[in-house]
Amino acid sequence: MKIPFDKLDKAFENRLRLQIMSVLVANQRYDFNSLKDLLDITDGNLASHLKGLEKEEYILVNKSFLGRKPNTNYEATDKGKKAFAGHLDALEQLIKSTKS
Amino acid sequence: MKETDIQNDLASIRSLMERSSKFISLSGLSGILAGVYALIGAIAAYPLLHQAPVYQLSFGGGSYSPAVGYLDTSVSVLAPLFFIAVAVLVASLATGVLLTYQKAKRKGQKIWGKTSRELLFNMAIPLIAGGLLILIFIARGYFGIVAPASLIFYGLSLVGAGNFTFDGVKSLGLCEIILGLIAALYPGYGLYFWAIGFGVLHIIYGSMMYLKYDR
Repeated sequence: MKIPFDKLDKAFENRLRLQIMSVLVANQRYDFNSLKDLLDITDGNLASHLKGLEKEEYILVNKSFLGRKPNTNYEATDKGKKAFAGHLDALEQLIKSTKS
Repeated sequence: MKETDIQNDLASIRSLMERSSKFISLSGLSGILAGVYALIGAIAAYPLLHQAPVYQLSFGGGSYSPAVGYLDTSVSVLAPLFFIAVAVLVASLATGVLLTYQKAKRKGQKIWGKTSRELLFNMAIPLIAGGLLILIFIARGYFGIVAPASLIFYGLSLVGAGNFTFDGVKSLGLCEIILGLIAALYPGYGLYFWAIGFGVLHIIYGSMMYLKYDR
């Protein structure tokens, strides 16, 4: 039986990227520090995965200042949301095909 | 990629989508206790409120002598009523914060984060607007508005908060609004509606949340 691995999005191969994306799909926007607290990972780790998603054009970055502190917000693009939904569909099919 | 991997992925997605957008450490037990405090407050307020008409009696015909002590009712009744209301509010808030803090700790969720901030912000708007409106009306002598307005504005704040926490909060808010509107139709029974809205409904909601999420 052929399992449709090719439908899985390479950008979401890493669990953390998938987690970041699921937070951004569920919320209009999310800031860097809240994301870091939620996922409980280091600055560098989070930043590199965000950069990866940004390169795929799955997320948008908004930099602004709150007083004198930099505040970086992220939001999912339409392309990113579509890719996320497609990835979930593929995961669902995988589960179905392994069960049958 | 194995099946368990996929299932772990899906489980972590589901939990993150919920945790990132909803504050799920609200304690159900604190809802029950807040309801109990409100009922105690209502029982304490009951005799105070029923002295007020006595004052009017004695003022009109002077036929009822024990009322002499209540000549300045507006001050002597308002002050303890206000004290009871504030005491109930402070006790409820303190219990809520404490129990929610413990639950958040147990679940490993931060009590002060993006979701709790948005929850409080959305609750605060109708509460502050309503609170000020009620104080203004009290100052102008419209006491009848206190019970319906406080129920309605509290309900609105819960409906707003419902987007950031359990769905049950939204239903509780809708019940409070409906009750507030009914209370507005029946002036003079404010305390009863108040006891139902802040006491009974809180106890019902709190027990439902407790059975569903806390255990």
